[in-house]
Order: sequence, then structure tokens, then C-alpha cells
Amino acid sequence: MTNAQDSTEGTEDTGPAAGGSAPSRRSLIGWGGAGLALGAAVAGGAVAMTRTGNDVDPAGSDTSGPVPFHGTHQAGIATPVQDRLHFAAFDVKTDDRAAFVQLLKDWTRAAARMTAGHTVGDGAYGGLAEAPPDDTGEALGLSPSRLTLTIGFGPSLFDKFDLADRRPDALVDLPQFPGDNLDKSRSNGDLCIQACADDPQVAVHAIRNLARIGFGTVAIRWSQLGFGKTSSTTPDAQTPRNLMGFKDGTRNIAGTETDRLKKFVWVGDGDGSDWMTGGSYLVARRIRMNIETWDRTSLQEQEDVFGRDKGEGAPVGKAKEHDEPFLKAMKPDAHVRLAHPDANHGATILRRGYSFTDGTDGLGRLEAGLFFLAYQRDVRKGFIPVQRSLARTDALNEYIQHVSSALFAVPPGVRDKDDWWGRTLFSKEA
Amino acid sequence: MRAVRLSVVTAAATAAALAAVTGCTEKSDAKNGDAIQVTAADAKCDTSVKSVPAGQVTLKIENKGSKATEVEILFPDDRIVSEKENIGPGTKYTLTAEVKAGSYQIACRPGMKGLGVRQKLTVTGGKVARRDPRLDKAVAAYREYAQEQADATIPKVQTFADAIKAGDLEAAKKAFAPSRVGWERTEPIAESFGDIDPKTDTRADGLEKGQKWTGWHALEKSLWQDKKIGAEQKTLADQLVTDLKDWQKRVGKAEITPTSMANGAKELLDEVATGKVTGEEDRYSHTDLSDFKANVEGAQKAYELLKPVAEQNDKALTTNLDKQFTALDTLLDKYRTDKTSDGFVSYDTLTKAQTKELSDGVNALAEPLSKLAAAVVK
Repeated sequence: MTNAQDSTEGTEDTGPAAGGSAPSRRSLIGWGGAGLALGAAVAGGAVAMTRTGNDVDPAGSDTSGPVPFHGTHQAGIATPVQDRLHFAAFDVKTDDRAAFVQLLKDWTRAAARMTAGHTVGDGAYGGLAEAPPDDTGEALGLSPSRLTLTIGFGPSLFDKFDLADRRPDALVDLPQFPGDNLDKSRSNGDLCIQACADDPQVAVHAIRNLARIGFGTVAIRWSQLGFGKTSSTTPDAQTPRNLMGFKDGTRNIAGTETDRLKKFVWVGDGDGSDWMTGGSYLVARRIRMNIETWDRTSLQEQEDVFGRDKGEGAPVGKAKEHDEPFLKAMKPDAHVRLAHPDANHGATILRRGYSFTDGTDGLGRLEAGLFFLAYQRDVRKGFIPVQRSLARTDALNEYIQHVSSALFAVPPGVRDKDDWWGRTLFSKEA
Repeated sequence: MRAVRLSVVTAAATAAALAAVTGCTEKSDAKNGDAIQVTAADAKCDTSVKSVPAGQVTLKIENKGSKATEVEILFPDDRIVSEKENIGPGTKYTLTAEVKAGSYQIACRPGMKGLGVRQKLTVTGGKVARRDPRLDKAVAAYREYAQEQADATIPKVQTFADAIKAGDLEAAKKAFAPSRVGWERTEPIAESFGDIDPKTDTRADGLEKGQKWTGWHALEKSLWQDKKIGAEQKTLADQLVTDLKDWQKRVGKAEITPTSMANGAKELLDEVATGKVTGEEDRYSHTDLSDFKANVEGAQKAYELLKPVAEQNDKALTTNLDKQFTALDTLLDKYRTDKTSDGFVSYDTLTKAQTKELSDGVNALAEPLSKLAAAVVK
């Protein structure tokens, strides 16, 4: 327990852990060892934690259970990545601060219920016949599917409700990167909700119901569905592949790596904005892939572009995926070489992206790519330097284009049932 | 306008969901033993039971007559609790309704005409159904409003028709949007008749096979797209006046209840959300914002009349509705061609961001408005 804060905060809400019984050894396996009891688990992550004492196979095989909603950090960051995504960015439609705060409270209550596998409000049926049901009903009978709901606040929110002086220095306006071709109507937003689940219907249901509760106070600005996670926070498991067929997320920060999470992901005390302590910063980029031209590219070229082989995912000149890459062996414009922390003064981010396919684009081309999601303690030391380096010379740029972009301050977790999303930002006493 | 089939369903649904009643024709938990056997024929209406406990009442209806019949549960003043039309000869139907204590009648109306044959039904125990005089007043006032709107529409549609018959393209175009305002304000009532809306307000893609395209939108296409007026259009103009006079005559007989008023208000916003805010409704003339405004006004009228009761039951809801009606009105005012006229800018001049803003405004109002019916019957 190197992280004293985490170890004390989480105990109220992680159930069995509160009783003091240590997780069984087997329940830790899927998490890669004893790091479990720290950050990630407390963040509300661990299916394994809820099964403590039951000698069952922990995380990995069970993709149906609930992920605890309460904790020091919001779930959906360091917790194991689910298979599906529904991400939505919202505009605030009111200048009434009390109405907005009430929405955050209503949302928190609904989110706690939905992540636990319950319906919103009075449910989807059985209420007054004259009134539309509180819950839309399409998730009835489905398991919680490890649903996580994660909220973030965009820079534009701080222009509203007299919040300008609370905008963190780290919540910069992202610079224009070479090659960006951003569609403003699906970029940015006053706030966002990331819904991840193993069942797409569960993720879609969650955003739909939150949007409905929000009508009049907020309106959806844009949204994105994602499938096939393209990186993992449990890197010991099979590394997933992106739509280019390459393994993505090798050496991503694991939910169990407390020290790296603390160093690169969680905002710490003294980082500048106290209300963000325990939070993180999220960059969302919709990256369109030129799928057809990529598919016509020779294998050698594809592997040169990434700096890894396609089958095993091993760095150039190495045998295994997780072998330490020797950057100088790669072409100077290879993606991995340019993105690697060693090429960026140690800049490290936690990736949590998904593939997307939104049909075809009217020219018969697959409207598809990577919906890139990355969490970091400070974008000025995370995404920005890495993307600067990539945007300039990455060989992959010939096959991709960044078409939408957004940045959000993701506040710390909801601690208990009386707490609510954004309390530390909106409560004067916080 | 909406598809005909949907109108009929909507009318039936609102008729079933009355003030003192939870219309419920699909609930499966009715016990068979509790059912009232209703044997209908051309001159009789036999019921197996004269008294039932309050709660869910099930009518097992069999039509042994030679004509299609209609069976209704009625309050003593003939307001309908629940009904089923068009029960064919030799067929059966199960009708269920949630009924509070009080005196009722069961009516069988062979041929679906007249007062029908009636039997008394006493419902005992539980809550007593009580009529709220404020709601009766609201219904009466809304009926009056609907009639006023229809009355005011006739001269306007006559002006429109006259311009067409005079072959005056510009005058006809100018008279088009104003001729629709009264209709758009009270559209759910017009739709509840089932047969008028398909003749007057159908769009090209709403036509069924073999259906002749008549009404406003057929003329709209001639004026704006084909830019011509021929003999065919003059006939259509006359037909439109005739059909709308039929509507004017029947408005007063429309089935109106507090719940159908509340749901009608929500339906008006649904019309905006699916047809007007997308520019689909008036796709040739692009006068959608005029319809939009009229829909909102009609919804607001129904709401204002129900508000005294709704406010008492759910103050937070009415506070929010007041706010959202004002917000949407303010937003629409931005698009008036000048501050004094009723005219609006052409829909096709709106930017995507502007239609998005209007759509957000509609959602902001329609979501709480969908809770109005519950606040009225609580």
C-alpha cells in the first residue's frame, strides 16, 4: 500500500475489502499480482474485489458483473477496459448554476443505479399508465456488463457559471496539430460522458437515459460508438488489435501499476487545482483511417510504418511483443519510435481507445478508424508532446487523419452515496 | 401530419386513458373469474354482473349481432371510461380498464351509431372517482379554442383557394402558411377523426397505394416546385375548403379529456420534432417555422388550461414548463421576418447549428411536457 490516500478512501465502498479480509491469491491473478489492492481496485474497478472469498475465476472471464461506482478515482480509467463504448459530448443549455448542479446530482444517482445493473428512477414499466416510464427499458434483463460511466468537463464549461478562476492550468486549449482536419460540430463540448460496457446495448442505454434526464439543461453535441477496444489496462492479457490489424496498447499503463498511475495518470495534490486531485485529463480524438489504401500497402511497408511486426507485435529486431524496443533499429518515421516515451522525454499516457465503423462515407469507403481516448495527469506533458512529434513526421499520417478532437478535465471519483459528480468543482466548501 | 394508421392508434390510446381511469387493454394480470361477460346483439346488451369491486375490470365481449358494434364503459354523464370500436359480428374482444368506485353504464352500440343499449354497472369499494370541476372547465375551454381555430381557418383557407382559382401564384403562395395556422394549433383533434387528415395534410411520401393526393401539400408542390396552377389545382383548392369545412363542423364533437389534452400537447411537440425541425413538412415552401410556431402555440394553450391542476400536483414540472415554453418562444422569435408580422424566415435559410439549437429547444420542452398527463391525473 504505497498510496495511503487510496487505501483509506476505498474501503467504505469496496465491500468485502472493508471487512479486512485480504483478497484470495487466485482473485488477484487476473490483475497481475499484489498491486491489486491499490489504485485500480479502489477506483472501483475490480470484479475480483466483489468476489473476495469466493474461490472463483476473477477478472477476465466474468464480463457481466457490476464495477463499483464509488471510489477515489472514477471508474472507467484504470479499471479493466470493456469491449464497447458509447461516448457523448454535451453542450450546457442553461445559465442557471443551481439547475446544472441539480443535473449533476440527478446524473450521479442514475449512473450509480445503472452501473449496478438497476433501472433509472421508477423503472421501465409498472408506473402510471399516463406517463412515459422513467427508464427506457432496452437494458432490462441484461447484466450490468461491467458498465462504467465517467464524466469530464471541457474548457468551455469554465466560461460559464463564473468558473473561469477554477479552470486548471493543465486544461489548456489543444494546439492545432499539422494534418488535423477537425469537424467542429463533433469536437469539444462543455462536458462528456464515457460509457464503457461489454454489451453495446448497456452502454447505449446509459447515454440515452442520461441525455434524456439532461434535456433542457444540456444537449448532446456529438457522440461516438466504439467497439473492439484497441488497448488494454490489463496488458498481461492478449493485446487487442486496431483496424489496421496491429496490436495496440502494448506497454500501456496497467490498472495495477499504482506507481505509474500516480506518476502519469492521477492528478496529485499540488498539481495546481485542488478540486482535480484524484482526477485525470482526457483527450478524445476521432482518427479516421484510410482503410482501403492501407489494405493495399505491402506487409513490409505496414510493418515499417509501425515499427513492429504484424503477427507477434514484436518491435523491429526483437522476438516478442513485450520485448524492450530498440528505437534506433526502426525507421526514423516509424510510429512506435516517435510515440515512445524515450522519444518524448518520458511522456506516458494511459490509452483506452476503441475502433469505430460508422458505415461507409458515400464514396464506398469504410468510414472507420480509431476513437482515441487517452488519460494523463497533465496533457502538456502527455498527449501534446507525443502528438507534436507524431503529427510532424509519423509515417502513419499517410493513412490516418484526425477529424475530431476534445479535451476534458475528469474530476475525482464519487466517494459515497451522498457525493456527486463534480462536487469538488461546484461546492465552495470542497 | 402523421401517417393515418398512427393517428387512429393515438386516438384510441387517448380515449382509453381518461382522467379518472387508467386505460389498460393489455395488462395480463386480470383474473378470469372477475370478468364481466357482455353479450351484444342488434338490440340487446346483456351483462353477466351488475356490480364489481373497484380496480381492474375486464369485459369479455361477444358480438352475436349482425352488425359491427362498439362497447363502451361510460360515466353517468356519458364521458367514456374505455371503449372498443368495430367489434365485428361473431367476434370476441376482451376490454380491460382500471375503474374507481361509482356508477357507470355499459353501452353496446350496434352499427356504432346512436346511444346504444345500456346496462348499469356499480363499482364498489376503493377510491371514489371524483370529477375535478377545474378539469371540466379546462376541457370546455379547450373545446371552445379548437372551434375558434377551425372557424378562423375557414376564411384564411378560402383566401388561399380564391388565389389559386384566380391563377394568382404569388397571392396563393402568400396565403399558404397562414391558412394552416389554426389546423396546426389543434392538429391532434383533427387527427383524432382519422379521415380528415389524410385528405388535407398528407405529404407525398405518406400516400397509400391508390390514394389520390389532395390537400395543402399537393398544392404546395404545384405552387413552389411546378410553379403552375391548372384546372387540377383549382379543383384541389375547392376540395380543401370542403374538407376543412367538414373539420370545422366536427371539431365540437371531438372526444376531449384532460389526458388527451395533455398528450395532445406533447404530440404537437412530437410533430415539430419529427417533421418541422427537419424541414420535411413544408419541403417545397419551407414555411416550416410557421407550422412550428402554431404547434407550440397549440401545445401552450392546452398546457395553460391544465396548469392550475398540474401546478398543484407537480409544481416543479410547471415551473420547468413555463421556463421551457418561454425559451422556445424566444428562440422562435429570432426567426420572425419582422417583429410585428406572423411571418418567419424560410426554413432553408437556417444553418445546421440553428436547426440544432431549435431541436435542442424542442427536446427541452417536449421531455417535461410528456409528464403533464401524469401530473393532471395524479
